[in-house]
Amino acid sequence: MFSLQDLEKKINSELTTKINTSKINHSQIFINIDSEDLIDVILFLKNNENTKFRQLIDITAVDYPQNEKRFKLIYMFLSHEYNSRLVLECLINEDEIVPTITKIYPASNWMEREVFDMYGIKFKDHPDLRRILTDYGFEGFPLRKDFPLTGHNEVRYSEDEKKVIYEPVKLEQNYRNFDYESPWEGTKYINKNTKDK
Amino acid sequence: MSKQTKTLNLNFGPQHPAAHGVLRLILELDGEVVEKADPHIGLLHRGTEKLIEHKTYSQAVPYFDRLDYVAPMNQEHAFALAIEKILKIEVPIRAQYIRVLFCEIGRILSHILNITTQALDVGALTPSLWGFEERETLMTFYERVSGSRLHANYFRAGGVHKDLPRGLENDISDFIKKFPKIIDDLETLLTDNRIFKQRNVDIGIVSKQDALDYSFSGVMLRGSNVAWDLRKSQPYDCYEQMEFNIPVGTNGDCYDRYLCRVEEMRESVKIIDQCIKNMPKGPIKTLDGKISPPPKKVLKESMEALIHHFKLFTEGYRVNKDEIYTAVEAPKGEFGVYLISDGSSKPYKCKIRAPGFSHLQAMDYLIKGHMLADVPAVLGSLDIVFGEIDR
Repeated sequence: MFSLQDLEKKINSELTTKINTSKINHSQIFINIDSEDLIDVILFLKNNENTKFRQLIDITAVDYPQNEKRFKLIYMFLSHEYNSRLVLECLINEDEIVPTITKIYPASNWMEREVFDMYGIKFKDHPDLRRILTDYGFEGFPLRKDFPLTGHNEVRYSEDEKKVIYEPVKLEQNYRNFDYESPWEGTKYINKNTKDK
Repeated sequence: MSKQTKTLNLNFGPQHPAAHGVLRLILELDGEVVEKADPHIGLLHRGTEKLIEHKTYSQAVPYFDRLDYVAPMNQEHAFALAIEKILKIEVPIRAQYIRVLFCEIGRILSHILNITTQALDVGALTPSLWGFEERETLMTFYERVSGSRLHANYFRAGGVHKDLPRGLENDISDFIKKFPKIIDDLETLLTDNRIFKQRNVDIGIVSKQDALDYSFSGVMLRGSNVAWDLRKSQPYDCYEQMEFNIPVGTNGDCYDRYLCRVEEMRESVKIIDQCIKNMPKGPIKTLDGKISPPPKKVLKESMEALIHHFKLFTEGYRVNKDEIYTAVEAPKGEFGVYLISDGSSKPYKCKIRAPGFSHLQAMDYLIKGHMLADVPAVLGSLDIVFGEIDR
């Protein structure tokens, strides 16, 4: 049994050129790599005797619209043998196509479908890249930051047409997003009056 | 003359009592043998993750009740732990005991539901009638502590909302004294029952390797003889001080998973017993006024408390910039929360890892080559709840 620090060192020494940064945070290893090295690094993590990350816990993405590389793709692994967790991150462009890992971890099938559904990230050679959680015929990628919370369409049963119909969302009241975080500076006119004097 | 065979496509669900919710399963049948299963999920999708991004941390807690709605507090636990780890809050011992106590009650709630509905799917009616009576008792414990039977909203970052009401500890300890007898009764109906065994033994076998490859967790993993339980291997709160065993199966079939769940209920009873016996007195949430709201009484006297109260219920507490993945052993398996905070009072991202998602994914692998009648049996033993799968 060796410590997490040793494990981090071992991974770093084996994959020196491929790792951009690595750190230990909340007793988990966080590794940042480039998307070209994804398959190599994941194969290494799964099969190496010292790492043995046999279980893929989840795949997800994060949207940073202001960044040049818009999405951060996140893979989470668990090793039963060494009781350790690893988080693999890579930054990708909006239109980048990422290789699938369904051949390495069969469980990634639905997880990649979910990332595609929510963020629109495409996976190369995925056997069945359909939408998974959203409605049949849904358009847009809901977890992107530019997708509105209310969505675009609403569904109801129409008594006239005797069927379920889709309509653009009509809001009785605008979505109220109060800015509680603005600091208290007092009313403007008082400041102005005192300054004038 | 050559014989022609044609496969039949069968649409199972989304409104089918054995589909355990709104599962639409497209089955390709050759006679009665299933050749392919394609689950369509998302019919209960509510966009929980998107909603959480627009709510403060304390407003986000109730969404976790609505994931796996048969064991609500276990989900809240994962979220509370994630925030606590980022904020580095010490949780008072009493709060840890209360949380573990209610997580185990949640585990029993979930396992009773699963065992009895699985029995119902293969033709036994009585277990569900007996089991649901006990579930009702357990849900009154939920109600007495949180005010609601299902959507508890009871765990907070830094502890729990309120202390146990007077007399609750005694009532829970009375309950767990007679509960093992009820498990025995349920077992007399099922464990050696010929029909139940015919429908479950050697059905939906999962090998050790496949259980790992398909990201199984919880009972699905332990049923296949992998002794892995986050309560033991990566203990959180006061699970380290608890004594309990981890039941594992040997064959990895539906019947073994049923046996694991029955044994886990007995272990949960042990944990609840230890919690009640060893529970210390003391505060039930962190005393840091920047995170937990002040008691109502103080509001009338202290200006500071009033400001804290106002700030907590408008802006909410801020969580410094960090990323964390926290997982708990929910009744169905590893329930995880991947939280990214950006220093404001709302999460930047909150990814929910539901155990049932990976389990249902393996449906095609599990059911291939089985008969149509085995579909509900396998589905039942997967222990799926659509609240958490569809999110």
